[in-house]
Amino acid sequence: MSTSTSKEQFHQSNKPDQYNHPDYYLMDELLTEEHKMIRSTVRDYVKKELSPIIEDVAQKAVFPYHIVKQLGDLGCFGPQLPIEYGCGGMDYITYGIMMMELERCDSGVRSTASVQGSLVMYPIYKFGSEEQKKKYLPKLAKGEWLGCFGLTEPNHGSNPAGMTTNFRDAGDGKHVILNGAKMWISNSPFADVAVVWAKNEQGIIKGIIVERGMEGFTTPETHNKWSLRASATGELVFNDVKVPVENIMPGVEGLKGPLTCLNSARYGISWGALGSAMDCYDTALRYSKERVQFGKPIAGFQLQQKKLAEMLTEITKAQLLTWRLGVLMNEGRATPAQISMAKRNNVDMALNVARNARQMLGGMGITGEYPIMRHMMNLESVVTYEGTHDIHLLITGMDITGENAFQ
Amino acid sequence: MSPIQKRDFMKILVCISNVPDTTTKVTFTDNNTKFNTAGVQFIINPYDELALTRALEITEKQGGSVTAITVGLTDTEPSIRKALAIGAQDAVRINAEPTDAYFVAEQIAAYAKTENYDLILTGRESIDHNGGLVCGLLGEMLGIPSVNVITSIEVENGSATMERDIDGGKEKLTCKLPLVASAQKELTEPRIPNMRGIMAARTKPLKVVEPAASSATSATVAFELPAAKGGVKLIAAEQAEQLIEILHNEIKVI
Repeated sequence: MSTSTSKEQFHQSNKPDQYNHPDYYLMDELLTEEHKMIRSTVRDYVKKELSPIIEDVAQKAVFPYHIVKQLGDLGCFGPQLPIEYGCGGMDYITYGIMMMELERCDSGVRSTASVQGSLVMYPIYKFGSEEQKKKYLPKLAKGEWLGCFGLTEPNHGSNPAGMTTNFRDAGDGKHVILNGAKMWISNSPFADVAVVWAKNEQGIIKGIIVERGMEGFTTPETHNKWSLRASATGELVFNDVKVPVENIMPGVEGLKGPLTCLNSARYGISWGALGSAMDCYDTALRYSKERVQFGKPIAGFQLQQKKLAEMLTEITKAQLLTWRLGVLMNEGRATPAQISMAKRNNVDMALNVARNARQMLGGMGITGEYPIMRHMMNLESVVTYEGTHDIHLLITGMDITGENAFQ
Repeated sequence: MSPIQKRDFMKILVCISNVPDTTTKVTFTDNNTKFNTAGVQFIINPYDELALTRALEITEKQGGSVTAITVGLTDTEPSIRKALAIGAQDAVRINAEPTDAYFVAEQIAAYAKTENYDLILTGRESIDHNGGLVCGLLGEMLGIPSVNVITSIEVENGSATMERDIDGGKEKLTCKLPLVASAQKELTEPRIPNMRGIMAARTKPLKVVEPAASSATSATVAFELPAAKGGVKLIAAEQAEQLIEILHNEIKVI
């Protein structure tokens, strides 16, 4: 597990990253100058530091640890949290734009940032004690520490309430003893800090901050993923881990804790998925104007135009939906069900765009010369994690009918 | 300008142009006399960004201040705000349409006259009109030396050591401050602003100054796009006769 990677160790593609986002409905006019500056900042960073290596990183499935510090310096970790804890103090649209630009490059990179900002820093900010906030947030914001989030278990995915990870009083008044295992945890093999959700002796879910180095705590890596190969995934295994009681987050109990974090992360995913869709569309559009068959660019054929037109229509609809959700988030009015709708719609939309874009590129779409197939494979994780496609549908269903169809 | 002062604390002015993004598809309006700005993204002129970054490196090393100045209407504020986000301490916008290089230099000179800058940096040229004139004009107007197209600059004891590319080699020169110099590509690596910089830019001072009196010295008659490039015809090496035939009879160059 190397934490000393560098840009130089990866193959540097010399193919220029020509990405330009489509803006068919002049959505840029809905953004502030500051939003646009932030977008160009992240985009410039991606083009300079990530685009040249992302393909090699993903092919080799090596986590480019050096980007953690870079993302921290840029301000991509918890930009929406307050300045007093070393965070950005920006609005939710800023956070969304950052996730969009990162996922435009790769969902794995965005996942690293999402987990850190929304699933680790956000709960510590929202539910942690003042001491916990002061201890963890500035270091996480700077990228000096990497965090992960433990909710899903081998036998409890869509049904987190059934979790079996638990803790009990150690009897010394100072510690609890944590046991159990979490699975499919982004960042886990490299994480310094894990926000873990576990049941106490009364069966009530609490959030605990577990640090690397605590005895009995291990983070085995999950290998051979066909998706999110640029980010590290693993397990969290707790074998009688002695955790100081002051590491329990005082501010929340029950499933509300983890679900609140997921709302924040899912919001970021809705922007992120839009980013990968736009990258696929942009790539396919450029390719279709250059690729000549039967004596003319394939962009001139009806079947290709149908694909491009439909992609752009779906992207434009998603842009409006996502921007509006951002405004509601800023006003504190976005409901979890609204966030579910955006996450579900945008990831599904992005997958369809990726599949159509892949077809337009023919065989070239299969290779690593173009980002499309990498996006497509990444999105298979994105459509599954943080609430599956089906589960989000049931959330919407329950919201509009008042009937619970989960069980 | 003030007499030369022996100090390391540098007061630097960086001139910023607001130019169309390099990927812009250029079109014109008003009978081909105006650049069509509809749908165009504007950025800080890349050479100016290098000048700004080098100015920041100098002041970070030895103390000092960096002011960014632009001549332009309110639509140029995003670029000047970005200069603040990258690290300039304050900014000045001369509230006028930058009609030509002479006008721009005149406006900047009028402002700089009273401010005693040790060093003024510009880009080697703006990537829209590519005039490359402002640096030299500023030197003349302010009565200070101007050095064009520098690839490096170090400042010490009231003078600057600079390098320039010349035909087949490099020229190294020193010059007493104050002076004005223009940045070539090799001067430094551009700096990407971070979130903290963008936040800080919100509250940094951006002074708007009305333009000094000036009379137009030039006017645009018309713009014209270069002729579209023709397709490339590939001729195999063993068919050299065919190539000669084409060059002789079709293109008539031999």
